[in-house]
Amino acid sequence: MSVVTNTTTIGAIEAPSRRNTELALLAFAVAIPVFAYLNVGLALDGKVPTGMLGYGLGLGLLAGVAHLVVRKFARYADPLLLPLATLLNGLGLVLIWRLDQSPRLIRLAELSFGVFSPSATKQLMYSALGIALFAAVLMLLKDHRILQRYTYISMAVALFLLILPMFFPARNGAKIWVSIAGFNVQPGEFAKIIIAIFFSGYLMVKRDALALASRRFMGLYLPRGRDLGPILGIWALSILILVFETDLGTSLLFFGLFVVMLYVATERTSWIVFGLLMSVGGAVGVATFEPHVQARVNAWQDPFSCYATDGACQQIGDALLSFGSGGTLGTGLGQGNSDLIGFAANADFILTTVGEELGLAGTMAFLLLYGLIVERGVRTALAARDPFGKLLAIGLSSAFAIQVFVVAGGVMGLIPLTGMTMPFVAAGGSSVLANWALIGILIRISDTARRPAPAPAPSPDAEMTQVVRP
Amino acid sequence: MNKPLRRIAIFCGLLVLALLIRDNWLQYVRADELNSHKNNRRVLIERYSAERGNIIVDGKPITGSVKTDDTDFVYKRTYTNGPMWAPVTGYASQAFDANQIEKLEDGILTGNDDRLFFDRTMGMFTGKEKRGGNVVTTLSGAAQKAAFEGLGDKKGAVAAIDPQTGKILALASTPSYDPATFAGNSNKDTKAWVGLDKKNNPDDPMLNRALRQTYPPGSTFKVVTAAAALEHRQVTDIDAATETPLPWIMPGTTTPLRNEGNIPCENATLRTALRVSCNTVFGKLGADLGKDKMLETAKKFGFNQEQFIPVRADASVFPEELNASQTALSSIGQFDTRTTPLQMAMVTAAIANDGKLMKPYMIDRLESPSVDVLDKNEPEELSRPLSQENAQKLQSMMETVVNEGTGQKARIPNVTVGGKTGTAQHGENNSKNPYAWFISYAKADNGSPVAVAVVVEDSNASRDDISGGGLAAPIAKSVMKAVLDSKK
Repeated sequence: MSVVTNTTTIGAIEAPSRRNTELALLAFAVAIPVFAYLNVGLALDGKVPTGMLGYGLGLGLLAGVAHLVVRKFARYADPLLLPLATLLNGLGLVLIWRLDQSPRLIRLAELSFGVFSPSATKQLMYSALGIALFAAVLMLLKDHRILQRYTYISMAVALFLLILPMFFPARNGAKIWVSIAGFNVQPGEFAKIIIAIFFSGYLMVKRDALALASRRFMGLYLPRGRDLGPILGIWALSILILVFETDLGTSLLFFGLFVVMLYVATERTSWIVFGLLMSVGGAVGVATFEPHVQARVNAWQDPFSCYATDGACQQIGDALLSFGSGGTLGTGLGQGNSDLIGFAANADFILTTVGEELGLAGTMAFLLLYGLIVERGVRTALAARDPFGKLLAIGLSSAFAIQVFVVAGGVMGLIPLTGMTMPFVAAGGSSVLANWALIGILIRISDTARRPAPAPAPSPDAEMTQVVRP
Repeated sequence: MNKPLRRIAIFCGLLVLALLIRDNWLQYVRADELNSHKNNRRVLIERYSAERGNIIVDGKPITGSVKTDDTDFVYKRTYTNGPMWAPVTGYASQAFDANQIEKLEDGILTGNDDRLFFDRTMGMFTGKEKRGGNVVTTLSGAAQKAAFEGLGDKKGAVAAIDPQTGKILALASTPSYDPATFAGNSNKDTKAWVGLDKKNNPDDPMLNRALRQTYPPGSTFKVVTAAAALEHRQVTDIDAATETPLPWIMPGTTTPLRNEGNIPCENATLRTALRVSCNTVFGKLGADLGKDKMLETAKKFGFNQEQFIPVRADASVFPEELNASQTALSSIGQFDTRTTPLQMAMVTAAIANDGKLMKPYMIDRLESPSVDVLDKNEPEELSRPLSQENAQKLQSMMETVVNEGTGQKARIPNVTVGGKTGTAQHGENNSKNPYAWFISYAKADNGSPVAVAVVVEDSNASRDDISGGGLAAPIAKSVMKAVLDSKK
């Protein structure tokens, strides 16, 4: 486990903090969205957009603050995570601003709500709040292991957040929203992080029991009933979310997250088999009875056969047409017609704008940026010295990966479409805030992992017994 | 704990890989298919994003483009004299796609065709707005006007061809429709479109009768039978008596084949038989030739295959499976023989052009917005249904029809005109009103400049009034006259 840290502790010189690398990368992460902003302005109005200076300075300022906070409070943090998140957030702002200027979407909003309000300014505010939350996480959370103390409180909070939307009216067929005083919050986005904390704490304690105390049955290790309880509980919860909130995405995310963390904690393949069987069973069961889910599955199978008659088919059909029309290089920012998808064009379907206007090349770049964030997260998990940090890092990164897969896969017609947001890019305050917090925690863990280790205190910790293995 | 971590890393990598593969599948492999998908509104948006090129007749556009204030469509199609030209242009509608030339040459008209790549690139540098290219047709405005006004409020169609080149000069169909009424995408356009639909309008105005409707050709088909008889040397001298008894009993039956009225058909010469339109003579000729020889000649004239001019025309039919009596009936244009007006114009054109059938076409050339010729159609020989000698014999017979026979109403002073009338019966026991046919050609000093086929299916006229000579011949005459006058 400490293989990675061994190499960094060799030698008297201090390990490189890589903060300057981060700063250089951040310069790119700010410059690229500024150029994209210029591109949109030129394409739409034929002149340099007036807000360009403000936008560039704003994004630069936010990135600078975030960088200084990392430099001060997480010196040894991974140098890629912050620039990647900044780049995605910046490009997301450009895409939202571009869609704000679509005459089609403006007319549509005026027809349905009587008034059109641009999303870009709001999103910029949320981004600022998100980076503030990111800074707060780094400043207040000196060590990620503190979170371990709140294992069961986390469980309670996560359950509360997940159940809350059931008591609020559905929006666009899914109950994932909570409306308080004019603000619409998606608690699921925050629950994702909190439940990862609970799983990490719970599994760190229970991993031995789950891994070792099991009965062998047909080549698989089956857990004991009392260990199985919480797992069945989570399964039931995710099914409940699916049924009562008709939220396929969140349900998939939580169950996937739990199976991954269970597998990492116990190293038992049987858990994966068990988890997959349970999730497939649950999904098939619900899909058979729940008309909302059924419609999504039908739309996924053949969107063009029911294009004219069914809204779900039209959504996914429009998304596919948008991607196809982009082709290899895309139409160029501001020159596509991805706004033909009137519904949630700048939220759940924002990737279609990337697909149409930046083409295959741009979409692959976006997917690889997400892939890189996940990769840095997994690397952090590998490098982390404590099991809680490992579990939390892998939990957060795989949750991120699953979310990207569920949204992008849904929009591209790889899997049935579910209502979830593209992290950092899609318009929506909850998503931006939650994902900045997620990056903050990952940076905190990576800082701890890459920090030159003090001589490890001898402790009868389970980890130490493994280290002495040859 | 690192081993499962690595496996999860691989799992996450596979998720991203799956997305990348899917993306390539969508945006590379399926890009073209999705880009031109019928549900893809971008195709329509693109079609009307630039000033659409025009369809041109006699150097003047018969279409146009106007700017609109719609969010999606910058331009809208307009038509000059839409109902008259609809069978030629087809329609281009923001809401209901396009057809015929508007659809077939969409790439040129929108300016997106590969052949316009150079123009587009130049436009990018010079800052000129993208424009569509033009489609220049072979049609004659005067002939089309004569045909359309001749048909008037009767139901029917006219096809006129230049026999020497195959250029289509007129292509009219009535009742017609104005494609301008549904060129946009408003509720008014939808109403107009729905109102023109066959389900709501029994007259079916959007049917292009000149190309897409097959009619029993009646007696006009006798020229094909005559051509077969001459080509297969069943008859060599058109002025020698044929051995045709009266009444003539159809082989294998006890039914005599009737003539219309009391006409001199017993042992009539081929010339006389065509002049007075003897069913017995041509029925017997067809039966004596047999179905194979009849089919061979009919196919050489273009029967039993679709024609692309480049708009598709339905295949005319000479039945392939026939017994002797059915062959006799088919040879006088009854039974299952069916033809489009275009097909009968082709038959006439082949005869007028001394036996050489030219491939009919209606697009002369495609032009770029800067009027460079991108593509030019050259006259092309399709087949030789009959020899020059036999064609001239047939011409002589058809000229007799106009000068002394049933086709006198098509006579034009000082011009040699050949023709043939037809009155095709149809319906149970011939209960429905017959179709009035007339096919003819006119000759100038240097060969024939026009061959025309007219069919009128007017159910409001009384049965007696309908005859090729009475209803259809004057229309054919005015079309021929329009062409002859425009050549002067």
